Amino acid sequence: MNLHEYQSKQVFRQYGLPVPSNQVVTTSADAAAAANALESDSWVVKAQIHAGGRGKAGGVKRVDSLESLTHTVGAMLGSRLVTFQTGQDGQPVNHVLIEQTCNIARELYLGAVIDRSSRRVVIMASTEGGVDIEKVAAETPEKILKAAINPLTGLQAYQGRELAFGLGLEGAQVRQFGAMLEGLAKMFVEKDLSLVEVNPLVVTTEGNLLCLDAKINIDDNALYRQPGLLEMRDISQEDEREYRAKEWDLNYISLDGDIGCMVNGAGLAMATMDLIKLCGGEPANFLDVGGGATTERVSEAFKIILSDQNVKGILVNIFGGIVRCDLIAEGIIGAVEQVHVAVPVVVRLEGNNAERGSQLLAQSGLNLIAASDLTDAAQKIVAETGKLS
Amino acid sequence: MSVLVNKETRVLCQGFTGKQGTFHSEQAIAYGTKMVGGVTPGKGGQTHLDLPVFNTVREAVRQTGATASVIYVPAPFCKDSMLEAIDAGIELVVCITEGIPTLDMLLVKMVADNEGVTIIGPNCPGIITPGECKIGIMPGAIHASGKVGVVSRSGTLTYEAVKQTTDPGYGQSTCIGIGGDPIPGSSFIDCLRLFEADPQTEAILMVGEIGGTAEEEAAEFIQSEVSKPVAAFIAGGTAPKGKRMGHAGAIIAGGKGTAADKFAALERAGVTTVRSPAELGMGVAEAAGW
Repeated sequence: MNLHEYQSKQVFRQYGLPVPSNQVVTTSADAAAAANALESDSWVVKAQIHAGGRGKAGGVKRVDSLESLTHTVGAMLGSRLVTFQTGQDGQPVNHVLIEQTCNIARELYLGAVIDRSSRRVVIMASTEGGVDIEKVAAETPEKILKAAINPLTGLQAYQGRELAFGLGLEGAQVRQFGAMLEGLAKMFVEKDLSLVEVNPLVVTTEGNLLCLDAKINIDDNALYRQPGLLEMRDISQEDEREYRAKEWDLNYISLDGDIGCMVNGAGLAMATMDLIKLCGGEPANFLDVGGGATTERVSEAFKIILSDQNVKGILVNIFGGIVRCDLIAEGIIGAVEQVHVAVPVVVRLEGNNAERGSQLLAQSGLNLIAASDLTDAAQKIVAETGKLS
Repeated sequence: MSVLVNKETRVLCQGFTGKQGTFHSEQAIAYGTKMVGGVTPGKGGQTHLDLPVFNTVREAVRQTGATASVIYVPAPFCKDSMLEAIDAGIELVVCITEGIPTLDMLLVKMVADNEGVTIIGPNCPGIITPGECKIGIMPGAIHASGKVGVVSRSGTLTYEAVKQTTDPGYGQSTCIGIGGDPIPGSSFIDCLRLFEADPQTEAILMVGEIGGTAEEEAAEFIQSEVSKPVAAFIAGGTAPKGKRMGHAGAIIAGGKGTAADKFAALERAGVTTVRSPAELGMGVAEAAGW
């Protein structure tokens, strides 16, 4: 789960990470009062969406008057911001952050992730702040300093010093940075985070460190024990179909193609998409229907797939391990009848009682095309949808 | 021979009397796995599926001599269950449960490494040596004893790999589902090392997917340490960046973990790769020259 910048900064504050004074508004009528509370004569106005690249897309603006502020906030709220990280429709802006400006001397980068190879929480810092850090990592990896946290000991003070001196910090900044890292490491573990990014972390001309931006991702598997963070969830930033699927415990991801997929198991679902592509088609979605392929769940999966107007046909690929394929076939037949699926549906059933399952599909009188194996299934659905276009 | 489990392996089930524990223990017993008992705190002293139930893993190990344990308890309690198994002297912990917080696994993995305990999973189908020992949720009937070592991050896609090696008569030495989480208990490398040393295993079939760099690390290991033929498939070539494809670990993040990178690394290491999930069996045959 992702947080908005303003939410991330609230969490930062709880752990003593310095952030600029700010106010969040949801209507432009509140903008002037919010700005007046900040003791500043210029402000940064930041559109709150779950995507990066806001600055270049016009989602971050500096304003010097209350009139301009109110106007800018009004223009952002209710709009959809399109950045290189969003889809072409962009993300809705329902919250705007108004922030005190500061005088920037240096822009640094600070981040933390769970490094899968070393199995550690790794803190990363770089003198190359304010730019695309992936580019820095690819082109000049030596400019990214790292500190791996041993889960048994936690972060140690020397690690903060190593990074601070490596970043060229001096005097009181070294201690300030060390305290920040301590807060960051504590926050990462206590809040079950999977990623933190501060880009940029600035050194002000007054010599203080300040987190100008803040990004937090939370480990979805740990949300059950993070009720405070779960309350911060903003479903307006999520794909509607993906959200609906989650409510039914289905894993769904929208893609750009026209062949809908319904598969049991995430690996097989990805592999099925790959095979459709190999056979010359384009998958419209990823969908893992999971273990219990009951009529109810399959129906809901069909509804979600078909709510995508691009879908011209559906490939159902089920490897019935312990679940019997004839039961799955009954589920599919019931669902196709219930949802009135009008597009061609190719079904490949494998495993326990697969032949009986295929028989049931053939005798159903519905537009269900049985496939004998994986490749046959992909070729049949590509042929069926090709016919229609 | 086989790896990690065989017909002598004495297996315990944690979460024994629950719905999942009961169903899959029944299946395991029917398959011939030497199930010796189970653990459900508070139900110690009872009998379930004709086997003794214990309150603690330590007691169960003492009474039954179990060396392996399979875990079906809900995700919030898995850290505790795995640490309990490790502390009680279990040598092989197989955790089927999906949804364990990553930071929990980080700690468990560190303790397991310190204690020399092997963990398979979490978020996995388990491990099976066909005809001898089935620990997990995989359908036993599709397996056949044979010469292919299968290691995979997936569930049902592993079953594809198994079926495609059973049908032509190759069979499997052992099949290990290492699971779809970002921090697995056992890695591809751990399993490759075991298969390399196992005389029954003549060729290895590796099924990877997008996310992380485990396949790239495996490729380096194969190049320097594996003499047996290896075939591989990577799922998720069509997956978009930044989206989690069902498995917690299946995400292309920060430009890393694409299928293209993994295929390329494996090919550089001399691995036979296949681009279609329908060609897993053919791939291993080609690699082995069968």
